[in-house]
Amino acid sequence: MQWQFWIIQTLNSVAFGGLLFLLSSGFSLIFGLMRIPNLAHGAFFMLGAYFGYSLLARGGNFWLVALVAGLGVGLLGIALERFVLRQISGNEQGQVLVTLGVSFIIADICLLAWTGDPMPLPAPQALRRPLIIAGYAFPTYRLVVLVIALVAAVGLYFLMERTRIGAMIRAGVDDMEMARGVGIPVSRLFTLVFLLGSTLAGIGGVLGGPILNAYPGLDADMLPLALIVVILGGAGSLLGAFVGSFAVGFLYNFGIALAPDLAYFVLFLPMVLVLVFLPQGLFGRVQL
Amino acid sequence: MAINRRTVIKGALATGVASQAFKIPAAVAQAGPIRIGFLTVKTGPLASGGLQMEQGVTLFFKERGNKLGNRAVELHTADTGGNPAQARTKTQELVERLNVHCLIGPLAAFEALAIDDYIRSTQTPILTVAGAEDITQRKANPWVVRPSATSAQTSHPLGDYAAKDLKFKRVATFGDDFAFGHECVAGFQRTFEDNGGKVVQKLFTPLNAPDYGTYISQLKPNLDAVFTAHAGSNGFKFIKQLREYGNKTQILGGFTPVDESLLQQMGDDALGAITGNWYSAQLEFLGNKKFVEGIQRDFKVDPGVYAAETYLCCEVLEQAVKDAGGKVEDKAAFMKALKTVKVPNTIRGPVSFDELGNVVGNSYIRKVEKKGGKYVNTVIKTYADVGQFWPYKQDEFLKNPVYSRDFPPSKNLEN
Amino acid sequence: MTRWNAIWLAIVAALLIAVPTVIGNEFYVNMASQVLIYALFALSINMMLGYGGMVSLGHAGYLGLAGYACILLTINGFDQLSAAILALAFSTVMAGFFGMLSLRAPGLGFIMITLALGQIVWGIAYRANDLTGGDNGLRLPARPMPFGIDLNSAPRFYYFALAVVAVALFFIWRFSRSPFGASLMGARDQPRRMSMLGHNVWLIRWLTFVLAGFWGSVASLLFVYYNLFLSPHALGLQQSAEILLMAILGGASSLAGPIVGAAIITLVKNVISSYVERWNTLLGAIFVIVIIFMPYGLVPGCRELWRRIAQRRKPSASKAASEPAA
Repeated sequence: MQWQFWIIQTLNSVAFGGLLFLLSSGFSLIFGLMRIPNLAHGAFFMLGAYFGYSLLARGGNFWLVALVAGLGVGLLGIALERFVLRQISGNEQGQVLVTLGVSFIIADICLLAWTGDPMPLPAPQALRRPLIIAGYAFPTYRLVVLVIALVAAVGLYFLMERTRIGAMIRAGVDDMEMARGVGIPVSRLFTLVFLLGSTLAGIGGVLGGPILNAYPGLDADMLPLALIVVILGGAGSLLGAFVGSFAVGFLYNFGIALAPDLAYFVLFLPMVLVLVFLPQGLFGRVQL
Repeated sequence: MAINRRTVIKGALATGVASQAFKIPAAVAQAGPIRIGFLTVKTGPLASGGLQMEQGVTLFFKERGNKLGNRAVELHTADTGGNPAQARTKTQELVERLNVHCLIGPLAAFEALAIDDYIRSTQTPILTVAGAEDITQRKANPWVVRPSATSAQTSHPLGDYAAKDLKFKRVATFGDDFAFGHECVAGFQRTFEDNGGKVVQKLFTPLNAPDYGTYISQLKPNLDAVFTAHAGSNGFKFIKQLREYGNKTQILGGFTPVDESLLQQMGDDALGAITGNWYSAQLEFLGNKKFVEGIQRDFKVDPGVYAAETYLCCEVLEQAVKDAGGKVEDKAAFMKALKTVKVPNTIRGPVSFDELGNVVGNSYIRKVEKKGGKYVNTVIKTYADVGQFWPYKQDEFLKNPVYSRDFPPSKNLEN
Repeated sequence: MTRWNAIWLAIVAALLIAVPTVIGNEFYVNMASQVLIYALFALSINMMLGYGGMVSLGHAGYLGLAGYACILLTINGFDQLSAAILALAFSTVMAGFFGMLSLRAPGLGFIMITLALGQIVWGIAYRANDLTGGDNGLRLPARPMPFGIDLNSAPRFYYFALAVVAVALFFIWRFSRSPFGASLMGARDQPRRMSMLGHNVWLIRWLTFVLAGFWGSVASLLFVYYNLFLSPHALGLQQSAEILLMAILGGASSLAGPIVGAAIITLVKNVISSYVERWNTLLGAIFVIVIIFMPYGLVPGCRELWRRIAQRRKPSASKAASEPAA
């Protein structure tokens, strides 16, 4: 096989991995701290993409739109946490039911509001021309998404490792009771983490929009990917989500390119193997 | 007046009450409304096509004042959710509870196949829009007529056109990895290769694949064209991503990818794409102009192929009801009328049916162009009277296995 | 108490037997059969969920294993009975294997392995066109004729499904009351203590997983007999999630809960959806509202409500009874 193949597929892998990090870091944060498997996360991602579509159609600046749409989704996340999930903390089955219920509602309302047709989100004008690498064209925008994902990863790392809030969150992940005991305002922390996690999903939706478009079913396509990333990397750890995202990026792209007949198993089979041999994932900080 | 469910239900109640209260004799009661069951998808990921199907039906009965011939129509719409088991339940509801005389729909091949045996056992005439080849071929269901096309019916002329008129030699095919995609690609491959072309690369992508980047990167550099058989949002995604990767290869396609309903959203990405279809909103027929205007007026969109499909079904149904003298209660006679009907002036031109219930009609080669600031599918060639076996002989065609990933065999793949 | 239970049981049984005569219309009788089939799915997943605390998102996988096995065997010349038995055996053995994999990881890990296994079965069903017909699915030529009884009419199939579900229900009821069921609940609540007491927690969970798989496979056969058709859409993640949601909605800690949950979800999907266009929103709203007001599902929630109302109605009696105890 030619060397260009490896270069382009590697670029594909890291670019897709970057997008997956934006999708899954929020899920991982929420699950790590609050032990809530937020199965509405895929719907949040889709809603971000639709918000982005509508705001862009009204002529908004792309990056500003990403932020605003992300925060819009984040506010919805807060509402979900405050008014619903808080009532049933510790009730895992209830959380599964509620978050899936919310994702049903979001998907159905998106269908009502934006019809069933796929909606394209235009990338910023300057980034639409493909980049020529080794004689092969590669979409510039995807590389920019990768860079944003890396910046987000570094930012989140500083937030978690170098700030007071981060220290509190880490303490909460490691031992909730102890954190409460030493006077950390766990309740406010929960709201903050949910805001952060949902906002990340919403921003991810807008940034993913020019690649994936907004369409009904985007939620169901993305949620399993977020779950796989978090499982491979290990829940509750930023490093886990980071490594997991890129691992899935490589698995998906090279798996499909080298063994097209295994396209349906290329993600789930490795996931089963990892869980069977490393039940906590590669970098798991918490018991799953 | 828009036909919504509530008016239909009210109407149904009213007729029910009336016939009980006044003990109308059976012969007169038979002249009550024609009950039509409409299976579509209004929720879930396939809703895009399903909602358009509803536009076509709604517009038709609005134009006809809710009548077929001189009989009133009672339309019952059912949402299958794009799920085979639910499609079956809804069909049961329409047949057993609402006693419909015939069915229109469903959208997807797998839904049509899920209700296939039920249609046979209850002997319910159905005008289907699903593409599944064998419904009117090797496992032909005697109660089915299909006025639109099989999955491969419009790929055959396109393969012919690509080889003979465009003189293309090397083409890669891309399709959704399900029966529709396989059949659509196979039809193209067969006529294209029979006329000297070569399909050098064949890729099928899982329906729920989030990203085609990895597939697009594998496309060979020296292709004459890439043929796409993606449906709905996948076709949209594929074309956008192909151009995103700076790939300017000529696009060929089946009848789903550059649909009028999505064309304006696709913008320049789709420009120049050549597709085979039994319909284009640009067709000059009088009926079609009225149809396009109606959809644009009532729904503020351009009619896509799904809206055209159901409208066409209604046109065929209308003529068959007239031919049968309005007696839809006599199932055998009504079915015979449906299969022998000839409609000279539908939105797609003249149509008739072969003995297996599949349409014989025009097939168009269309090219995406920009006209007056709007993207349209201009018809560049018309193949007249194309049936499902065109250009092959029926008995020879049916001796082969049904189109699939592996048939016709790919002899020219390069790796 | 037991006499009341027996009376209740008799009333419910009489009502269930009367269903076809009372509702008459074939469509609704078929609807009742579907509710029974999904109730069995929900009951089987609930053996793991309610008594073992194991949340599975791959239960529709059994629909693939048992369903395709049954259809393929029938098409290849096996008679219906041996096809059914072999399909159940195959699916149950696979459940054993899946259980060994899934139980490697606790909590979310368990959910994810079951999800992945379900998706792998789905992927095979989708991709192995030659065997399964891909997304076109496979048809079962005819319903079976147990003891020569033709099951083609709606009421007969209903009684057949009712009989199967009754047997399953009896078994699951005995299971929940047995020492084994008690040790399973012990393993859920106090795993460490249970292993110290000499119980093999892993084995208890694994056997439960296999039993749930077996009854899930029985439900799968009913599904295939009812629909006479199987395609990959029936075994996707959506279906697995739906089965799980049925059990949670009705209340996983009760025997009747999964049945109630199955009835609600099946009816909203198939009957209410004819009148309410946004039935998906309705379903989602039902989930959210039920959990807010009854965090452990409908049946336990209603029981609690009933208890409170009963207490309020005779405050003096209950006070008299409770005060000395306190």
